[in-house]
Amino acid sequence: MKTSLKINGEVHDLDADSRTTLLDALRNHLDLTGTKKGCDHGQCGACTVIVNGRRINSCLSLACMHDGDEITTIEGLGQPGNLSDLQAAFVKHDGYQCGYCTPGQICSATAMLQEVKDGWPSHVSDSLTGTYDLTEAEISERMSGNLCRCAAYPNIVDAIRDAAGKVQS
Amino acid sequence: MNAHLKMDKPDNRNRLDNMAQGLIHTGMDRPEGPLKVTGTATYAHEDHQPGMLHGVLVRATIARGTLDSIDAAAIEKLPGIRKVMHGDKFLRNPAQGTANEAPVQGSSEIYYLGQPVALVVAETFEQARHGAQSLELQVTAKSAVTSPDSDDAKVETPDDQQSSMGDLDAAMKDAAYTVEETYTTPGHTSAPMEPHAAIAWWEDDKLILRSTSQMVKYNVNEVADSVGISADDVHLMSPYVGGGFGSKLGISPDAVAAALAARELGAPVSVAMSRQQVFESTMRRSETVQHFRLAADKDGKLTGIGHRARVSQLPDESFSEPVTQATPFLYRGENREIGMEIVRINSTCAGSVRAPGEAVGITALEIAMDELAVKTGIDPVELRKRNIPEKDPSDGRDFSSHTLAAALDDGAETFGWKDRTSGQTDGEWLIGYGMSSAVRVNMIGESHARVTLNPDGTVLIETDMTDIGTGTYAILTQIAGEMLGVSQDRIETRLGDSNLPKSAGSGGSWGASSAGSSVFLACEKLRQEIAKKLGCDEADLTLRDGTATAANKQTPLSDLVGGSPMESTGVIEPGKTMKEVRQATFGAFFCEVGVNRVTGETRLRRMHGSFAAGRILNAKTARSQCLGGMTFGIGMALTEELIHDARDGHIVNRDLGEYHIPVNADVPQLTVNFLEERDPYANPMQSKGIGELGICGAAACILNAIHDATGVRVRDLPATMDKVLPGLPDL
Repeated sequence: MKTSLKINGEVHDLDADSRTTLLDALRNHLDLTGTKKGCDHGQCGACTVIVNGRRINSCLSLACMHDGDEITTIEGLGQPGNLSDLQAAFVKHDGYQCGYCTPGQICSATAMLQEVKDGWPSHVSDSLTGTYDLTEAEISERMSGNLCRCAAYPNIVDAIRDAAGKVQS
Repeated sequence: MNAHLKMDKPDNRNRLDNMAQGLIHTGMDRPEGPLKVTGTATYAHEDHQPGMLHGVLVRATIARGTLDSIDAAAIEKLPGIRKVMHGDKFLRNPAQGTANEAPVQGSSEIYYLGQPVALVVAETFEQARHGAQSLELQVTAKSAVTSPDSDDAKVETPDDQQSSMGDLDAAMKDAAYTVEETYTTPGHTSAPMEPHAAIAWWEDDKLILRSTSQMVKYNVNEVADSVGISADDVHLMSPYVGGGFGSKLGISPDAVAAALAARELGAPVSVAMSRQQVFESTMRRSETVQHFRLAADKDGKLTGIGHRARVSQLPDESFSEPVTQATPFLYRGENREIGMEIVRINSTCAGSVRAPGEAVGITALEIAMDELAVKTGIDPVELRKRNIPEKDPSDGRDFSSHTLAAALDDGAETFGWKDRTSGQTDGEWLIGYGMSSAVRVNMIGESHARVTLNPDGTVLIETDMTDIGTGTYAILTQIAGEMLGVSQDRIETRLGDSNLPKSAGSGGSWGASSAGSSVFLACEKLRQEIAKKLGCDEADLTLRDGTATAANKQTPLSDLVGGSPMESTGVIEPGKTMKEVRQATFGAFFCEVGVNRVTGETRLRRMHGSFAAGRILNAKTARSQCLGGMTFGIGMALTEELIHDARDGHIVNRDLGEYHIPVNADVPQLTVNFLEERDPYANPMQSKGIGELGICGAAACILNAIHDATGVRVRDLPATMDKVLPGLPDL
């Protein structure tokens, strides 16, 4: 099935089995293996990518549903030597250990910060409208769709706060 | 140029303290960090080969029996399917850690539900998955023992796992205070975020394997033995591993299936386990039933300890969860009975999950100690301090160093233990405080590393050691940088390749000390060679920022090396110091919980750990290891539980939506302190293992806090709402 995907600014023409998930299209067909498969069931968040500005689990979506969509993967956020603020903050704060959930964490955090800017509330927000401070509780809640078995969670929170400019260091 | 050290004598030189670079112990960023945060570190299932086929494993659907036939022909007619494979070389389960040989093999005998018995290989993953789901197995069921509580279960009591001293029955009778309780822990799974996976291809008669391996040296022999080839014909690569926690110690069924299929089809084959297969077909930590007896005098001093534990395992597996491993030496008490029972059942293989033994054994002991503290009215920290033994009570050996009292004091001070007020509430939350001790045995394994000092002054470190998130790339870089006076940006560390010198591998908290010591020794040899060139004693040599200083004369390192690289291989080997003294790491946990008086839900509000593990090689990555261990403890205390169907033994909650590991919102901003320590008996760096200490007893800290908050004593982990709620006061 032919699908045109705009990934990290570049158009990719994919011709894959209609059963191919967006995750498997990235990994197995386009060799963009930065996006990870941890569960294939939308339970771990390792496969998080940003589609048209919103974070999604790419394992829960078929590639052919994304014809014409703009997709950002971890490879599109920065490269070694040219890291995004979040990527650099994850290195500085040890916001990882094995690194396998990390691309998903960083894609998720990138979109999450935009959600906060856009005034989206979370489960722990005091009100449904207004602005939200990036407290530890807000970040932890909003990042709880991304599992990390190495449990770098406290460092992930620190990295996100740092990158978001809330912590001077 | 080789440097070989058998650790027969303590090393009190503390050489790393006297180097000049200032890199060791610092929280240096991981050198591979930029690769990990950009998705460019390549894990096993990412080294895609041209023409690569995809294989999907098929599981047995009965607990015990035979696989009589499979309808391969029907599947091989489907689009894209290249082959359906099974046979006597398929692995029943992964090899145990350091097995060094094939585990039980063969797909015709089924020993547990979930056993991988066939592989469907196709041109695409989607085709292979469809083929695997469509494959019909003809099986004949045999009677199975599917629960450790079954009357039919065969129970073994290995002689070497039973010990007794004095007369515990009499001690219990004469004691001023006693605790006699049974504690149970459910099965756990490692759940590394990267599922087990392999890509295999053959070049002539040589197998090239990308795999999820913690211990390359052993894994090479395991895969060679499984496939039936010489270990010299296996090239295994595992430079990045997406977490292991014990589940990747031994070679797993995916790797051998991929190797066999690649040979059969003459093409590269990838096999990645699904998350469900990781639950069913790799390793579980056995559930435990632990009976404790504590006898204490009027001052709370222990006169006796009894610890009997029952665990389960598949038939024909030598490993059993060593639940009682640290009980003999943590506390005093001259009357003892310690023993293990192993029940043989037909269920997923039991193996190492982070800190086998202490993770569950010390957790139960530390709940029992809290019960004793309540009975005696002695502060739990004080009670533990009163029971620290002078020597290992089981055999009279000295401790290499003993830091439990210091860790208890440091943790109590940092947490503010004395200032706590019991009986507080916060809205509908009941607040409680708990603490527990941490202990883990310490060891090293034989390890080799090569260090090359290049003519341009750069350094290359090579060993087959792995970094499974543990910080190996960082600490080996730091050790060499410190010893040779070279900044980290001029050092390259190559890991996880069987062509490199053989290391102990990652497991049992021994990786950093073992592989690190081999790098240390290689560097020490290079320093001696440099000193020779300068005509000075090695002790008088200062190496810093690429410059050698001796007798007030400075020489660039690159000038000293000359035209060809200087190379040294360091070898560390365990020796008498591992036997003559008791080596262990110690620590203490403190926490505050809130228990909801309406729902019984427990939320961890804060938690602190103070740990001593000899020299800390990297303050940042060591702290991260402790955060990880403590969080495993949070999961063990509150949510993690493998649930088996008693009818067929299968794991019911075999995914991350049903088996609940802690998420970000479950983990507050944990704090960690390290105590300054040098253990001369451990190795020439005076370091000890830190990867597992953080889980050993951590769950008890939380359960003890729940008791403090509510009066509810949970002895059957985890402390889910249904266990807490019935004991809460009426609203």
